[in-house]
Amino acid sequence: MIDLTKKTLCSLVEGIKKKEFTSEEITISFINNSQKGKKLNTYITANFDKALVHAKNFDKKKNFEGLLSGIPIAVKDLFCTKDVKTTAGSKMLNNFIPTYESTVTTNLWKEGAFLLGKLNCDEFAMGSSNETSFFGNVINPYGDKLIPGGSSGGSASALAANLTPTTIGTDTGGSIRQPASFTGTVGLKPTYGRCSRWGIVAFASSLDQAGPMTQNVEDCALLLQAMSSYDPKDSTSVNVKVDSYKKNLTEKIKGLKIGIPKEYRVENMPDEIDSLWKKGIEFLKDAGAIIKDISLPHTKYALPAYYIVAPAEASSNLARYDGVKYGHRSKGNNLIQMYENTRSEGFGDEVKRRILIGTYVLSSGYYDAYYTKAQKVRQLIKKDFDEAFKDIDAVLTPSTPSSAFKVGEKKNDPISMYLNDVFTVPVNLAGLPAISVPAGHDKNKLPLGLQLIGKNFDEQTILNLALAIQKRANFKKEINEWWKS
Amino acid sequence: MNKKIFDYFIKGEKNKWEVIIGLEVHAQVLSKSKLFSSSSTKFGAEPNTQVSLVDSAFPGMLPVINQFCIDQSVKTGLGLKAKINMHSVFDRKNYFYADLPQGYQISQYKYPIVGEGEVILDMPYGTKNVRIERLHLEQDAGKSIHDLDPENTYVDLNRSGVALMEIVSKPDLRSPDEVSAYVKKLRSIMRYLGTCDGNMQEGSLRADVNVSVRKVGDKGFGTRCEIKNVNSIKFMQMAIEYEARRQIDLLEDNKTISQETRLFDTKKNETRSMRSKEDAHDYRYFPDPDLLPLNLHNDLVEKIKKSLPELPDQKKDRFIKDYSLTSYEANVLVSEKEISEYFEEVIKTSDKKLAKNWIMGDLFASLNEKHISISESLVTANKMAELIDSISSGVISGRTAKEVFEIMKETGEDPKKIIENKGLQQKSDPKELEAIVDKIISDNKDKVAQYKSGKDKLFSFFVGQVMKASDGKANPQLANEILKQKLK
Repeated sequence: MIDLTKKTLCSLVEGIKKKEFTSEEITISFINNSQKGKKLNTYITANFDKALVHAKNFDKKKNFEGLLSGIPIAVKDLFCTKDVKTTAGSKMLNNFIPTYESTVTTNLWKEGAFLLGKLNCDEFAMGSSNETSFFGNVINPYGDKLIPGGSSGGSASALAANLTPTTIGTDTGGSIRQPASFTGTVGLKPTYGRCSRWGIVAFASSLDQAGPMTQNVEDCALLLQAMSSYDPKDSTSVNVKVDSYKKNLTEKIKGLKIGIPKEYRVENMPDEIDSLWKKGIEFLKDAGAIIKDISLPHTKYALPAYYIVAPAEASSNLARYDGVKYGHRSKGNNLIQMYENTRSEGFGDEVKRRILIGTYVLSSGYYDAYYTKAQKVRQLIKKDFDEAFKDIDAVLTPSTPSSAFKVGEKKNDPISMYLNDVFTVPVNLAGLPAISVPAGHDKNKLPLGLQLIGKNFDEQTILNLALAIQKRANFKKEINEWWKS
Repeated sequence: MNKKIFDYFIKGEKNKWEVIIGLEVHAQVLSKSKLFSSSSTKFGAEPNTQVSLVDSAFPGMLPVINQFCIDQSVKTGLGLKAKINMHSVFDRKNYFYADLPQGYQISQYKYPIVGEGEVILDMPYGTKNVRIERLHLEQDAGKSIHDLDPENTYVDLNRSGVALMEIVSKPDLRSPDEVSAYVKKLRSIMRYLGTCDGNMQEGSLRADVNVSVRKVGDKGFGTRCEIKNVNSIKFMQMAIEYEARRQIDLLEDNKTISQETRLFDTKKNETRSMRSKEDAHDYRYFPDPDLLPLNLHNDLVEKIKKSLPELPDQKKDRFIKDYSLTSYEANVLVSEKEISEYFEEVIKTSDKKLAKNWIMGDLFASLNEKHISISESLVTANKMAELIDSISSGVISGRTAKEVFEIMKETGEDPKKIIENKGLQQKSDPKELEAIVDKIISDNKDKVAQYKSGKDKLFSFFVGQVMKASDGKANPQLANEILKQKLK
């Protein structure tokens, strides 16, 4: 029998329609695979029983109207799911069961998909290695000592190991694209405002954006279409028509102008990243694109600006976790002690670090020097892109400055951990859409991704460009499923 | 009448002091739902029954601006003759408290929705302009209840997220009376506009009172103290008096005043230090990233401008002009929208002068006695008009009318019915009265002689006799005329 878990999302959707297999068969295959994949530690909460019931019901009714009819999907545990525990990877929410469903997951279920489980992630999405989760490290299918990236590490790992047909993550500074790059999968951060933030546990509100994580570019187009929508419940959601990304997907990109920003050639960048970038340029040239050197002069300020803005917002967003209303509560002799104990015990080190940074940069006397200045930098970075996009259609960069690193390698060195976001962070600050597409391997046969950055709400162009790269890179997943033994 | 002069100065041991007061009034926006959620704002509901996932700050919940509250604030701003800021920003004011579910209050800090305006007060010593610095929108917090349990605090989030307008005055007020006049005027304007019900018992209107003192003649300001959250005009006045005296005593003792936040203890009638400037919260204000900046459309402001009702100041001018009222009378009659409407309803059919006197006299007395508002009075405008008409048309005398009113205020009965049932109609038939007068003259020949010989004062004796003989129902004017004629 064919292994359904090896199929792409699009072929599963087609296959169900053509009655080649049932939703139940698909669901059982992924549940079985997931159960064998425990060493990867990707699931925080399995929803297998309910998923099976859903699949059986689907097979009885066979309603194929949705884009994702009959497909089980496990999602990052940052999306609130009705009646299913939602932890954000934190002890703070270890007992939290929402009575509501996030808009993005609601959109998926409307298209006929259903919940397979909740996937591990860095605590409150703060991390680049999935080592800050209260529920333990996630392991990269490419090696038992490797991190999968973060913060959507559980999603990336589960996807790469075929434990879910597809998945969704959130990206505040690279949390979809970096793990996608580390696991040889496709990850897209949509334009800020393309997907609703309603019902997603907030990290940094002005940067957070949900996005698809998939086996290939075709799946990515399909899933992006399914999850996007304007949502009046999110004031920052933008009412722009959602395109039929999958239908419009084409590798005919002849004449598109691609910018290569010189500022992304960072110090100490491994040769293999540089050569991957060159390969990407060749792929796009081959597809008929015109390559242009561009300058994004404020790029080097992006990382420091990001690590002011994001913690500032986080310090305020996480104030609600105080033990009063829901979630973890520690005892205390008075209100202040209860707060202190709750937050000391409920949050992990990285979250605490960022709350401290954020509180510091917003405090009176420091606000202008940090927060105001960071916001100005943010405007300049946006302007850099605006200027560049007058002449070009998209920007090509590497997704990450390295391949997946080892568990523990950077855990005690936050700066070097933060540096891993150097290529992804400017995009969040500017609010632009960007995709990471697997394009090659390093000398250790670990996957490497290329990033395409597009104009606001022009996800279609970067999907098309990514498709052109995908066709030419001929990237092959080389995983031996060591975790099954 | 001599015009009074301002004389609120406090005498210390050494100096005469002036009190400087500025108010931050928190006015609850009259709106069915909260500032960022659709929960009800109705007062008096069971605890925690009007709380949405947004109000209780569940993970992933986002605020969405209630446009009606924006409209209400613009309306209020226009009513205060203030500058409407077409661009304003919602900020987060961060602090921890059990009844603040988000861990921050959404407020407006650098860019409020309304800028400078003014409120005109009518004081016994003339009009006084109080400058408004700004009006901004913010969320209310919930309520912590400490006295239900010896060990635990209970939290009621019904108020959490309710829209408040914070109206900040410049330090232009100089006495407790001016504070009272200011709060009443502000409340009156908002009630006219329908933007705040001004109900202080329900907490819809409360104020932080900033008080400082300076020697009469000094130009600079002294160090101020802020008295937090005072919820009645009386308490504001008491707090100011206490606080001014406290500061003066300190200064005259060569001590300094430390800038601090104080609480007014209504039981002990004193202010107490709550926290010093050093302990002040660092609220870490920053623009709320969940909300876009608020950009108003010019059309909206124009539309609201056109919808503005006649406001107390305009109405007062019109009353003076159209109804020949004194400034004082007009002030009283426009002080509350309902009173002005009542007055105008009554005078649609009735005599203006009588109406004014009856409303400001007997009706107000009955409202005070019963502690009710004019709209709660059983004597409706229509019934009042009927009563006044009965006087004007001579059906009853003014004195009898008072008797009728006493019944009306208790039962709400129709004045005509009361007059009919009790047989209170005046005797206005000249023939009937002539007969009475003739009888009195013939019964009191000696007094008639005295009167005719010049003892004018006896005239009232004859009037009294007529009234007595007619059970008090004789039309006094008519009786006078007949008496005068017959006693010639």
